Amino acid sequence: MNEKTVTPELAREHGLSPAEYGTVLGILGRTPSLTELGIFSVMWSEHCSYKSSRIHLKKFPTKGPRVLQGPGENAGIVDIGDGLAVVFKMESHNHPSFIEPYQGAATGVGGILRDVFTMGARPIASLNSLRFGRPEHPRTRYLVSGVVSGIAGYGNCIGVPTVGGEVSFDECYDGNILVNAFTLGVVRHERIWLGTAAGVGNPVIYVGSKTGRDGIHGATMASGEFDEKSEEKRPTVQVGDPFTEKLLLEACLELMRTDAIVGIQDMGAAGLTSSSFEMASRGGSGFLMDLDRVPQREEGMTPYELMLSESQERMLIVAKKGREDEVREIFEKWDLDVSVIGEVTGDGIGRVRWRGKTVAEIPIAALTDKAPVYDRPAERPEGQDALQRLDSAGLPAPSDLGETWVRLMCGPELADKKWVFRQYDHMIRTNTLILPGSDAAVLRVKGTRKGIALSVDCNSRYCYLDPFVGGMIAVCEGARNVACSGAEPIGLSDCLNFGNPEKPEVMWQFRSAIEGMAKACEALGVPVVSGNVSFYNETMGKGIHPTPAVAMVGLLEEASKRRVQWFSTDGDLILLAGADRLGVHLGGSLYLKEIHGKVAGTPPPVDLAHEKRLQEFLREAASVDLIASAHDLAEGGFACALAESCISGPGSAMGARVLNPFPDTTRPDFAMFSECQGAVLLSCAPAKRDALLELARRFRITMKELGVVVGEHVDIEGLARVGAAELRTAWSEGFAAALGLEK
Amino acid sequence: MKTAVLVFPGSNCDHDAYHALKHVVGVDAEFVWHKQGTLDGFDAVVIPGGFTYGDYLRSGAMAKLSPVMGAVRRFAEGGGPVIGICNGFQILLEAGLLPGAMIVNDSLRFVCDYVHLRAGTDRTPFTRGIPEGTILKIPVAHYQGNYYADEQTLSFLEERGQVVFRYCDPEGNVTRESNPNGSARNIAGICSEAGNVLGMMPHPERCSEEAMGSADGRRLFDALVAWLGERTA
Repeated sequence: MNEKTVTPELAREHGLSPAEYGTVLGILGRTPSLTELGIFSVMWSEHCSYKSSRIHLKKFPTKGPRVLQGPGENAGIVDIGDGLAVVFKMESHNHPSFIEPYQGAATGVGGILRDVFTMGARPIASLNSLRFGRPEHPRTRYLVSGVVSGIAGYGNCIGVPTVGGEVSFDECYDGNILVNAFTLGVVRHERIWLGTAAGVGNPVIYVGSKTGRDGIHGATMASGEFDEKSEEKRPTVQVGDPFTEKLLLEACLELMRTDAIVGIQDMGAAGLTSSSFEMASRGGSGFLMDLDRVPQREEGMTPYELMLSESQERMLIVAKKGREDEVREIFEKWDLDVSVIGEVTGDGIGRVRWRGKTVAEIPIAALTDKAPVYDRPAERPEGQDALQRLDSAGLPAPSDLGETWVRLMCGPELADKKWVFRQYDHMIRTNTLILPGSDAAVLRVKGTRKGIALSVDCNSRYCYLDPFVGGMIAVCEGARNVACSGAEPIGLSDCLNFGNPEKPEVMWQFRSAIEGMAKACEALGVPVVSGNVSFYNETMGKGIHPTPAVAMVGLLEEASKRRVQWFSTDGDLILLAGADRLGVHLGGSLYLKEIHGKVAGTPPPVDLAHEKRLQEFLREAASVDLIASAHDLAEGGFACALAESCISGPGSAMGARVLNPFPDTTRPDFAMFSECQGAVLLSCAPAKRDALLELARRFRITMKELGVVVGEHVDIEGLARVGAAELRTAWSEGFAAALGLEK
Repeated sequence: MKTAVLVFPGSNCDHDAYHALKHVVGVDAEFVWHKQGTLDGFDAVVIPGGFTYGDYLRSGAMAKLSPVMGAVRRFAEGGGPVIGICNGFQILLEAGLLPGAMIVNDSLRFVCDYVHLRAGTDRTPFTRGIPEGTILKIPVAHYQGNYYADEQTLSFLEERGQVVFRYCDPEGNVTRESNPNGSARNIAGICSEAGNVLGMMPHPERCSEEAMGSADGRRLFDALVAWLGERTA
């Protein structure tokens, strides 16, 4: 068989610009073979190389006393004490999920799980951040059903609980949904493994599923926009096999209890190519690989196909020489393929052989060091000023505030997401102390007294209106949610979902959001330890709102000190911490969008110094048992936070009677639904009141006493009143109703 | 006193069952790989939940062929206590150790949630001391938990006191609304004629500690320990 001859046209079809192709010619000193072209094309794709984002990602704080591994490995690692660490990462699977929602979402989960257990950690929890188009868009219901069942199908089968996440809807995602999957694992420090290839002569071992023709050029697909022919890309989506991954997980963890290996990495995007070249690059080594020894699912696969296949559930291992049989024995026990396909070399060259011929010979340092890096032009969009203008006073006031309140609570944004969570096994492994539905999920760490709090957040309307402030808010909200549960944020992972980076307006959004996030991370002392960038979320030239999703990880030294967002006891007092943060802020609010049909204005202001004090206060109040619940004011403002605290608990709905915290406003609708940053609704036993107020004074947090948990109505005196039980019923049915799904 | 927790390829509640037995109840527990052909030395067997062989064929249809299932059959015939939870229940059905079959939930979706169960008999080793009518709060997590058997078999099960648990509301009423998967006659768990083999879809091992939201599941394991203690006494 003769391979196609590589030409500049073919290079362009592979997504390499003329300049990039020129660099390839310079590195090799000759025309690349087709296999080599494929390798350069995927390694230099946006998805694998971060060529447009790298210079901005450097702005994130990535170090801290707890950080054991920052960005650059398969996942980040943060110390939690007692010789243990958490390993976590979030990753996007947006493009494949739009084309084939079940498999796209399922393999997104599979990929992120591998990133975590490849480092030696047993995954204990997953989260996801999902964004879909308008609920009434003809494709939305199909996409929601497919994505949710895909996540469930994979996560439930492998036996890792999906403990939380967010589901959101906006027109801007009609043609580009977002599926961001997060997994966290726990590992003992001495069992951490990295993806490195070292030790000349050490065997390179392939384990897991056989290689097929699925998913070839998935990474390249994720590095371009969609058009009307996107359906034709369906064959580039991989197919998941969670059962094989479960075997792979157990076999890998069993292998890692031995000291037979040097390094290990999963074959994710760009499969055998990225795993082999990245491991050698980290180890400063080279390798020789024989493709005839790769277990293959189909006959007649070319070296190009073998190197670029994204078949799932595969890992690449570098073992110590002479220990091959130990590796073989473990994988054979678990009925998995295992094959020594090559060895580590010392000359810094990646050599790939097939049927006795060398089909690729690439200097590894050049492939990684000379990978393109772009400082793409960034420019504030022309329409941004107009977008930020909002005449609040001119908005018509709703005639029935109670009805408006119920409408917001039962809309797809705020409605109970139980329809989704019931499909996820969120209890398996018996660690989930706070089930989905609170500000943060909390898991125990068996064998310790510790708890891990998890939350994933992003308000993309805020980011659209002001990406810098929106970026700050995404970090602050995540940290605040974790603090509401009583935990200290110790690290985050992000998924930066944006449009086409070749457009200066998109680059401006990207740069601004990162700078805002970085500023908040610095102020709150939270490092970014892993993450991923997803560009080209555009269809027919129309981009999504900038959506930097933040997955926040918090630590509770005492899991028993955890707090939930809902009221639990009649007679408890209701207080607002950070009452001075309230104000008329309708920009980007849910009220403005859902009731007035507008996305405009500027997001509510952020005070980072206050935020830090507030979160410290919340942790302290939880740890000395002064509060019964804590829930932050977010989308839907004060009235919706209050309603959520009344109706979102696992027991029956609770009533509340409270004062209007905005006594001076002439617009009751603004009082109820204005959004703000830095206010938290608390409940406490009456006996704890004085001590709680004293603690607040110590942290310089303004408290306002609002009322009491009582009765059968959620009642904001003088403004609106709704029956708690009726609201709960409508809220719990709202999600399925909005999407036309079966209950 | 030693319990076996079977491990098949794809078992994923094995660690949870082990944890509940060993660290909560405090009884000796050991993992047993599915290729093992004997259960000598064990006093009770737990077939945990999961997705054996991915459930790519019918749930449990592959696992029933594993060598350890021959040993389970002999162990059960000898009167030894066996509990199959979720996928373990499905395996017991496929292996013919319990009658009936599982089909896909009537919602056609996976369901993970706390449910209430009404106890139907205290004659199994796992329900001794849990009198008929007791209400337990225990979670389910499955896609194929819709129990099916022909009318004759169902009546037979009821007559012989083999219906161990039914789905009910928090007050103990067996209603259509409280049935999470469409199971015939709200059946959540059944036992063998002799009573020593129990299959149930809900997960007692997930709720053996108050921190998990309910400790009702522990009652089944405590009952087992008491039963084994009496037997050896």
